[in-house]
Amino acid sequence: MDRFTDKQKKELQRIGISLVLFVILMIAEHSGLFPDTMGGRIALLLLYLVPYFIVGHDVVRKCLIGIKNRQLFDESFLMTVATIGAFGCGEFGEAVAVMLFYQVGEFFQGYAVGKSRGSIADLMSMAPDFANREAEDGSVEVIDPDDIEVGDILVIKPGEKVPTDGIVIEGSGLVNTSALTGESLPRLVKEGEQVISGCINGDTLLRVRAEKEFDDCTVSQILELVEDASSRKSVTENFITRFAHYYTPAVVIAAVALAFLPPLISGDFVAEFGKWVLRACTFLVISCPCALVISVPLAFFGGIGAASSKGVLVKGSNYLELLANLDTVVSDKTGTLTEGRFRVAMVEAAEGYDAAGIIRYAAAAEAGSTHPIAAAIVEACDNPIPQSEIKDVRNVVGKGITAKAGRDTIAVGNKGFFDEEGIELPEIAAGVSGTNCYVAKNGRYIGTIIVADVPKEGAKEAIRRMMEAGVKSVIMLTGDSEKVASAVAAELGITDYRAELLPQDKVNVVEELLEGLRSRAGQGDKADKKRGRLAFIGDGINDAPVLSVADVGIAMGSLGSDAAIEAADVVIMDDDLERIPSVMGIARKTLGISKQNIAFALFVKFSCLVLGALGIANMWMAVFADVGVAVICILNSMRMLKK
Amino acid sequence: MKKKFKLVDLDCANCAAKMEEAIKKIDGVNDASVSFMTQKMMIEADDEIFDQVVEEAIKCIAVVEPDCQVVL
Repeated sequence: MDRFTDKQKKELQRIGISLVLFVILMIAEHSGLFPDTMGGRIALLLLYLVPYFIVGHDVVRKCLIGIKNRQLFDESFLMTVATIGAFGCGEFGEAVAVMLFYQVGEFFQGYAVGKSRGSIADLMSMAPDFANREAEDGSVEVIDPDDIEVGDILVIKPGEKVPTDGIVIEGSGLVNTSALTGESLPRLVKEGEQVISGCINGDTLLRVRAEKEFDDCTVSQILELVEDASSRKSVTENFITRFAHYYTPAVVIAAVALAFLPPLISGDFVAEFGKWVLRACTFLVISCPCALVISVPLAFFGGIGAASSKGVLVKGSNYLELLANLDTVVSDKTGTLTEGRFRVAMVEAAEGYDAAGIIRYAAAAEAGSTHPIAAAIVEACDNPIPQSEIKDVRNVVGKGITAKAGRDTIAVGNKGFFDEEGIELPEIAAGVSGTNCYVAKNGRYIGTIIVADVPKEGAKEAIRRMMEAGVKSVIMLTGDSEKVASAVAAELGITDYRAELLPQDKVNVVEELLEGLRSRAGQGDKADKKRGRLAFIGDGINDAPVLSVADVGIAMGSLGSDAAIEAADVVIMDDDLERIPSVMGIARKTLGISKQNIAFALFVKFSCLVLGALGIANMWMAVFADVGVAVICILNSMRMLKK
Repeated sequence: MKKKFKLVDLDCANCAAKMEEAIKKIDGVNDASVSFMTQKMMIEADDEIFDQVVEEAIKCIAVVEPDCQVVL
């Protein structure tokens, strides 16, 4: 029973007692224990009122307060009126049953919603509960994360959560970032590096200097975003709100009409009235839009929760809806589709040399250089020539480098450099695009190293999955040359790209594409709402304007970057592009569940209204149409919360 | 100023929507939301009259759902 709160336990008790009394009374009534006289009926009514009030006294109380406050269309009011109507018509058992099952339904509803709140809280379990602050005398006290001040020295023991963003001042070790990024590989942090709140410390003790107060740290920001996300409502949710606004009054008016009009028309008002009042009561029971009002936002809330457990922050239900309808995905190249740093892509060796040897010579010459291309070559070298053998390094900025390695003179540089040095270059067939670094030994060309910004692992797969999920075109934007762009695009399976763009051109390109989507959809607001959507993927640092122009701005690799979190609509905490098709899947599932719920609830309710008006559906069925449907819809929405 | 409040015993989603509607209509409120899922209310209003607005909002809540309490 620990699964229930005290309040829920009390409710269960009330439901149980009332159910037992109700069953006894039903048996007694049908076995003819009560004579069908005035006295017998009154006795029966009084007895039935006992379980009625045991189970429903709070509903009646709320109804009375509601009348006082002029809140006539709330659930309690409608249920009370419907059951009193049933009592008035002599259907005592039905009246009690309706109240009983209404409360059973409410109980399940409350339990299911509470449960989903719980699982969302679990998804968000990254929030730290405490921090260990080290005082100047070296003593350590446990404090609330809210009490951390910038500059405090915090001790993080193995297995504890990092309480706020800070810099490691002592110790190094692996921290688990999975609560924030969904990434299961732990990250290595060393002295002088930043650690982010919400990460779980591995096996070593870390001393960290707090850089931010708890309210400003990464975890707080993320939690805030996810909470705020539910206030940016999707079109579907807004539809439900508007629907609820009209549905209840409409059904109530229909109920009143149903109670009075048919008996008036029939001519025999007194004889017919009771029957029609009972049918009108059925209407009142169905008139609450609860199934929709709870289950649709719950599905979106669950969707946002599911996305955040994968390290993707969706800043509003509306963006989740847009992600499900993506038509065009525009992506920045460098740092988004590619690693954003140079790597040796290919080596062409002259006769008599091999790739490893060429890299070894080049790395020797470049060892002291900080140029990104030099770094890539040095990184690619497995067995470098010892530093002691390298002398006479001469760096010609922007062109190349020469150095002596042992007795050999090595030259590495671009074509201009080799021309100046008078070293002859053979014709090289263009294979991989990138930057060509020519290498010469003792004045003779020995090979070419092609250095390029290589595509991220998984980028091609991610693009394929996006296309599979219904994205019609993926367009790559880059400031690089046409040649580089076409090679990277081909490698990633992207057919459309725009090269040689200045930063401000990217906004124009996205605006043009948006215009294209709009004109394809046709004129008018309605067509515009239905058009395909455009997402822009960037690193969130230099492309804030583009992120805001696009329907959905997605920032990648944003863990710890406030600017990116601020600018984007969807934030991917780590660097993994494959999160995008995953989150599109979540978005589709969310929308699918919402639509199922809407269709199911409306179908059952309208069927019951029609059957109720014809006298085929009784109040029992109406209660099912009300709370039963609500419970089923909520259970359906809870599928979003499964991992 | 923008501030969030926790709500206790907000038991009905439709009521949350009604509260939100009512609070948005209070003079001086720039934006407001009542979330059934997170059991939280957010009010954004001008600084000078903020406390007054919050009082009004609490009244709105009491009218819609008498059992619902605002944690200040």
